Amino acid sequence: MSEGGDISRLIGELGADLKPVRRLPPPWLRALVWLGVVLVVALILVATRTLLPALGIIGNDPFMLPGAYASLATAALAAIAAFELSLPDRSDWWALLPVPALLVWIALNGLGCLATLAIPGTETSPFQFMVCLGLIFAISLPLTAAMLLMLRRARPLRPLRVGILGGLAASAAAATLLILIHPHDSAVLDLAAHAVAVAIIIGLNTLLGGRLLVPANKFRRAA
Amino acid sequence: MGESSETSQPMPAAGNSDEVYAARAETDRRLAAAMAAAQSGDRAAYETVLRHCVPIVERIARHQGATADFLDDVVQDVLMTVHGARASYDPSRSFMAWLTAITQRRTIDIFRKRGRRGAREIYAPTAFETTAAPDNPERDAVRRGEATQLHALVADLPEGQREAVRALALEEYSLEDASKSTGRTKTALKVNLHRAIKTLRARMGGGPEAGGEAS
Repeated sequence: MSEGGDISRLIGELGADLKPVRRLPPPWLRALVWLGVVLVVALILVATRTLLPALGIIGNDPFMLPGAYASLATAALAAIAAFELSLPDRSDWWALLPVPALLVWIALNGLGCLATLAIPGTETSPFQFMVCLGLIFAISLPLTAAMLLMLRRARPLRPLRVGILGGLAASAAAATLLILIHPHDSAVLDLAAHAVAVAIIIGLNTLLGGRLLVPANKFRRAA
Repeated sequence: MGESSETSQPMPAAGNSDEVYAARAETDRRLAAAMAAAQSGDRAAYETVLRHCVPIVERIARHQGATADFLDDVVQDVLMTVHGARASYDPSRSFMAWLTAITQRRTIDIFRKRGRRGAREIYAPTAFETTAAPDNPERDAVRRGEATQLHALVADLPEGQREAVRALALEEYSLEDASKSTGRTKTALKVNLHRAIKTLRARMGGGPEAGGEAS
């Protein structure tokens, strides 16, 4: 078939496949909905805490709470950036939106880490490290799933960057929510657990982003 | 020529340029409205949008260096992407900007698939004139001849007119960007472009030539 014929045939097929679609809400609203999922998970965790005793040591690090605010800001800004970048006509500069909050989060963790060195009794055991890591993974699971499902609808053209930002949002939110059930300090192993969890979640999102974010196309291009 | 009386009026080129921009804006509005209807399930509007997309996509892809041998792949990929991502289009925004972003991304994807080296080797800014229809060698030869003639004529234009043609017509800069890159005012660029077109028309098909140039 000629090239023009292939394109006409494809247009006919696409037209025949047309179904009404619900327009995507603006990115900030989609980010707000996702933060609503974070809130639901937070409420579930608070409810769980009333049933189970909090694990681990009680936090006495003055930088922990500001750090949690910074990680929450990182999660919100990374979510907005991911939803913006999931649309074809949005600038690549959106990817930088969470960077300031991320830097503040890292800086506060670093300061907290130094502060805990001066406070006796804040050492973290390897067991504590594994608990921390496991909890961040467990919390981030529903958040990542919700994020991927929401991002998928846009069929992002930049799945790698969108996957990285989505992973950052989910892992930062999980690190924030950890404070609700697992009081911890900025001790080296605690921070290492956070960093490892964030890196693994972002890595998985990056690796799987292309496949999970962009559904397979049922139409085939004519050779 | 019928256009002579019109083009001899004060600032005719500005009028022509404004008309071009107005026509583009109108096309954008119509496509945005048709795409909004397509999102609601209007098949006729959707197929109209897709058909209108084809030449636009081809033009953008050519501008990025796509040659005719895979222009068709780019068009088909873009149409399939438009279909999959149609829920992401916001009718309050420019349809052309949305389509352009998709096309540029898909063209790059195809370049990547075929290898960066190949993409660099086939880059040809004049592909529009010379490689549009590989299955018609006779028409290709005629077009190549016309393109060569046109380039020679553009090269013969006075400097200001040549700059205006290169910046606005060949490089497709906006008036503002062209003004920055050439150091000439927007008005001068529009007047020079108009005079250049008049001169080129005269030299290619007869008729009076335009005078000097604006600075």
